[in-house]
Amino acid sequence: MSAPVSAPVGTRGEEFEVVVERGKIAEFAAAMQSADPAYRGAQAVVPPTFLASSALWRPESARVAVGFDRRRLLHGEQEYVFRGPPPRAGQTLTAVERVDERYAKPGKRGGEMRFCVVVTEFRDEAGTLVAEARATYIERAARPAATDEAS
Amino acid sequence: MSAPATAVEVGARAPARDYGPMTPQMFVRYSGASGDLNPMHYDDAMARSAGYPSVFSQGMHVAALLAGYAVDWLGADAVRRFGVRFREQVYPGDVLSCSGEVVEAEPRPDGVLLTVSLAASVGERTAVTAIADFLLPG
Repeated sequence: MSAPVSAPVGTRGEEFEVVVERGKIAEFAAAMQSADPAYRGAQAVVPPTFLASSALWRPESARVAVGFDRRRLLHGEQEYVFRGPPPRAGQTLTAVERVDERYAKPGKRGGEMRFCVVVTEFRDEAGTLVAEARATYIERAARPAATDEAS
Repeated sequence: MSAPATAVEVGARAPARDYGPMTPQMFVRYSGASGDLNPMHYDDAMARSAGYPSVFSQGMHVAALLAGYAVDWLGADAVRRFGVRFREQVYPGDVLSCSGEVVEAEPRPDGVLLTVSLAASVGERTAVTAIADFLLPG
């Protein structure tokens, strides 16, 4: 199997539109078992991890290539940063992904663990950066025997 | 509006809260809400064939529950950062216990920026930890 393509640090995907909808916010709030009235109604604010659902708006062509073997891929960390109060229902954001960082560490049982940080920038109608999502993906070290960790 | 925080000093703790027992329906609901359709979270046969004892929760689902817990404490509009680290899987039947503590309080011109440390655990196993910032108007 040939190695998957890996986009270098600094690569930016194509921009895509993210419409912040009150129904989607209410659905997300229900999934997080939250009864907070801030997540209901026409002025609903987005929950802290809501922008995960922006993937529903993202065309396949807008993704940057992490390039890790899917069988060894882990989502290690995820962070959302808001430059002010979180976005609200009714806003249309413009999002773009970029490869922010790549690094490697030795695996606990040999080989190399690779890391890739993908940042998604979200801008409002005026072009102001309002939120960033920072995903850290990990590719576990390859091992000669295909035994998975039981821990 | 969300409830305002009652205590803002370093060391203040959020009221403990449990979520669960977890059910596959909760995972399915999160799949739909987020668009994460990975079948490991709702197709038991597929999860078992991949070596797992059963379906399991999305890490981002546990992160969302922990985020809701933090927001109930400090307010939906006040969040400025929410970062999680995924540690352990969560399975149907597991009860998630959430805890949180203020670790920093930094005065700002527009209020106080609290940094809080949060965790969602199943018994002794920590499933997800989080660090979050909330700006409380002063």
